[in-house]
Amino acid sequence: MRAASAPARRWRVPKLAVYVAGFVPAVWTFYLGLVDRLGPEPIKALEQALGLWSLRFLLLCLMISPLRRAAGVDLLRYRRALGLLAFYYAALHLAAYVALDHGFDWPAILRDILKRPYVTIGMAAFIILVPLAATSTNAAIRRLGGKAWARLHKLVYVAAVLAAAHFLLIVKSWPAEPLLYAAATAALLAVRAIAAPRRRRTAPASPDPASKGVVIPGRPQA
Amino acid sequence: MLIRHSPDIASSEITPHAAYLRRREFLALLGATLAAGAAQAKPLSSAASRFSTDEPKTPRADVLAYNNFYEFGGRKSDPADNAHTLTTAPWTVRIDGLVAKPADYRLEDLIKPLALEERVYRMRCVEGWSMVIPWIGVPLAEILKRAEPSSSAKYVAFETLVRPEEMPGQKGLLQLLPWPYVEGLRLDEALHPLTILAVGLYGETLPNQNGAPLRLVVPWKYGFKGVKSIVRISLVEKQPKTSWNIQNPREYGFYSNVNPTVDHPRWSQATERRIGEGGLFAKRRPTLMFNGYADQVASLYGGMDLERYF
Repeated sequence: MRAASAPARRWRVPKLAVYVAGFVPAVWTFYLGLVDRLGPEPIKALEQALGLWSLRFLLLCLMISPLRRAAGVDLLRYRRALGLLAFYYAALHLAAYVALDHGFDWPAILRDILKRPYVTIGMAAFIILVPLAATSTNAAIRRLGGKAWARLHKLVYVAAVLAAAHFLLIVKSWPAEPLLYAAATAALLAVRAIAAPRRRRTAPASPDPASKGVVIPGRPQA
Repeated sequence: MLIRHSPDIASSEITPHAAYLRRREFLALLGATLAAGAAQAKPLSSAASRFSTDEPKTPRADVLAYNNFYEFGGRKSDPADNAHTLTTAPWTVRIDGLVAKPADYRLEDLIKPLALEERVYRMRCVEGWSMVIPWIGVPLAEILKRAEPSSSAKYVAFETLVRPEEMPGQKGLLQLLPWPYVEGLRLDEALHPLTILAVGLYGETLPNQNGAPLRLVVPWKYGFKGVKSIVRISLVEKQPKTSWNIQNPREYGFYSNVNPTVDHPRWSQATERRIGEGGLFAKRRPTLMFNGYADQVASLYGGMDLERYF
């Protein structure tokens, strides 16, 4: 497999570096919280930072395909790392909500999830990310088959919409930041809606899942 | 038989004799500082009040750094970053509407005849956080009485300054509220002894980000009822419009009394987080009915359905 990609070999950022860099905001924000430098509401600041980074990684994930198609920038090999980071941050965000914000007050948390649409929606987004993270291994892709795997991972679009809505629903009035993230999410989905029918017309019935952006390890790339 | 009972006034509430003798000096100083404006905080002395809570005060730095004052931007840090542009002297307050003596008052003339009091109050934000703030101010009732409200006056309407050149949140594409920011109280709420107009906090004139030079403080209501940088107070017959109610009538009512049993449509109001208390591992505390002032104010709402009149 390595040999197949050898001709155009350049130095590339190792995937591990993406994970390491990806966790910097979490570690740094938690550290700031411990030394009391997160402002007057440190728990909320940490909780929101974790949630926001999850959404950012999710959107970065959604940028990979359009970048590749429109600008010819191929960052496909980092998409799994970005997707997993989105999941890890969502899990940390949820953990901060359960442990720090609500002190494991399960009845209150359950009431929140059932009664508060923004919590319900956030929880739904997280639950959607779970199977995606669980099927992120090479073995899972092989087991599911490229097509089924790609279909399952289309759920990431739903998760992104829910995550952006979750952000919009917690603020008072209409501040710029959540609106910008919602707009970015909408734009990334719109690009696909426009591109998909055109691609179907120009390249019909491609049996190779790589055309859908799925890289199956152990199979030479065309 | 000798019946002992504790005096109604604690000795701590009695103004020391030395301070009492200097009261005119203090009034002169107040006049001068209000006239000079609050570009820099100036010391204010005040008498203690039996309405003050003895709960630990929220650190001054937090009171000054964590504000909702959308005229200066939507983030909590925006007012502290941007409000220095506001000029608060000269400052005029118009008192009009259903009063015998409508007038434009210079701020110093409005406040000077009255004795300043320190009121340490809990402040509960509708967003679920709270502070304990040592305000300095005067009962709103004293001010309203001077204008002589007519018997047809049933409500009091308040208005914040509109000055886009000094208030960056009032210009640009994305404005968070319609301006001016308006608020209102029922007349009996406005005349309640707990309701004050504040001109200072933590022993100094109000910092701009906290609503300089004059703001309303109604401790049993959510913080947004405390309209800042007031330029107009009108006595009116009908319930006045209020900014957050205009923005989202489903979520913000006219009364907006702190009430742990009536949730905000999107979040619970049962608990709150006290600012400056315990860092990352602090616990929430239960929110109290009428923010802990039920003994004093519950009677104002006897027989009212507080879920309907939220």
